[in-house]
Amino acid sequence: MCGIVGLFLKDKRLEPQLGALLSSMLVTMTDRGPDSAGIAIYGNGNGDKAKITIQSADPMKDFGGLEAELVKALESYLSIEIKSTHAIVTLPKDRLDEGRTAIAELRPNVRIMSSGDTIEIYKEVGLPKDVISRFGVTSMSGTHGIGHTRMATESAVTTLGAHPFSTGADQCLVHNGSLSNHNNLRRELVREGMTFGTQNDTEVAAAYLTAEMAKGKDLGEALTGALSDLDGFFTFVVGTKSGFGVVRDPIACKPAVMAETDQYVAFGSEYRALVNLPGIENARIWEPEPATVYFWDHEKAA
Amino acid sequence: MPVFDLSVTPLRELNNALHGLAAGANDTAFEVVNPRGHHSVAVGIDAPVTVDVKGSVGYYCAGMNDGGKVTVLGSAGPGVAENMMSGTVIIEGDASQYAGATGRGGLLVIKGNAASRCGISMKGIDIVVHGSVGHMSAFMGQSGHLVVLGDAGDALGDSLYEAKLFVRGSVKSLGADCIEKEMRREHLEKLYELLDKAGVSGVRPEEFKRYGSARKLYNFNIDNADAY
Repeated sequence: MCGIVGLFLKDKRLEPQLGALLSSMLVTMTDRGPDSAGIAIYGNGNGDKAKITIQSADPMKDFGGLEAELVKALESYLSIEIKSTHAIVTLPKDRLDEGRTAIAELRPNVRIMSSGDTIEIYKEVGLPKDVISRFGVTSMSGTHGIGHTRMATESAVTTLGAHPFSTGADQCLVHNGSLSNHNNLRRELVREGMTFGTQNDTEVAAAYLTAEMAKGKDLGEALTGALSDLDGFFTFVVGTKSGFGVVRDPIACKPAVMAETDQYVAFGSEYRALVNLPGIENARIWEPEPATVYFWDHEKAA
Repeated sequence: MPVFDLSVTPLRELNNALHGLAAGANDTAFEVVNPRGHHSVAVGIDAPVTVDVKGSVGYYCAGMNDGGKVTVLGSAGPGVAENMMSGTVIIEGDASQYAGATGRGGLLVIKGNAASRCGISMKGIDIVVHGSVGHMSAFMGQSGHLVVLGDAGDALGDSLYEAKLFVRGSVKSLGADCIEKEMRREHLEKLYELLDKAGVSGVRPEEFKRYGSARKLYNFNIDNADAY
């Protein structure tokens, strides 16, 4: 089934509570997906620094000594904060791509979960409450975030099969539904040079969006293209640097509920994911229309 | 009057209490507070009780209702009153997808808007929506009546059997084998009766159009092979 939650804060005073609010929403959705869970948190920017979130199946071995090796390879300031199986590598913005290459060379078994100015992605196999506790999500703060609980249908239950999937710098995708033409699309995308780590259908959707944007489309255009190019059921929530986007396929079987107040815009697969949010009794509650791309953006908000 | 606070009481206790009512029981009016989007609130009622739910509910509220009167003072998630056998369900707010799905009898009234697939596979239920309905409403509807005071979305009545559809506003598009039909005296009278039962005033049956099955899809006829 899968469950999706999203929270975009308009009121800065709520930023310290982002992780706590998102965690509560995500745990409520456990029934929809007990296999694995993941969260993308957009924390506060750090001046001229960027972040890469990495994951390892053997963190002791892979993260041990990595900070020193990377500092030496890049000859630059760099720090690593380890959180269970994940680690956040903070480095100068202009060295981001070199950092990614260096990580891949020094530790080929390490997977890159996300990169960008503010995004951090954490995802693992296990119940939402366990994933949340493992990474300390309840104490995280930030401007916006999305979360996902997985019920695997098209591919195996693995760390890499969990959502969110990165689609670019400060950008990620979560999905409720299942695609039916993902094998075909994967073959085409491989021909275009994309690489895949799993047999997961959502990974294909994320790669599709990345490839379309590499051809010059913006995210909105890429999501509109997805409505005709992807076959299957989908409610997509896409995290962007300054906000998030929502799109449902034209048949719109997969649920989507939104709530808006002066303080936030929230997304949930079910209304009960939203009931602990402050001021929910007076919120505007609605369901996004099928085949329509919606965006909420800090930069465009009043 | 029994009051169940779902923020402290397990849902199962509410539903068990509703199912455990013996004939001639004294407490036949229930109140539910703090539903907070719970699924399956007041499902499986089979006695003439009234249940007032003070807040919004999740999926399948009043599912399989047989003889009860359930009022939701809020909105309802997908599948409200699904498979209702008899009785009444009133939603003061909006209803999500497939409201009244596969309902066999009774009356479902939605004062706000209903979403897609309202009345899907209806089998005798009467549904009256004060607002609008979404796409594919009354899909494969076999019998019963769907009355919509607002508009209907795409593919209304797709693959319809004998359910009768009345829409006062605009219809975005009609589904396969669904056509507009003549409003005759018996339809106006039935519509008047349904509007009255649903507490609708200030609206006349003549303002509605009737839609029904062209009967070419569900009756196989080799001559209509092009239509399939």
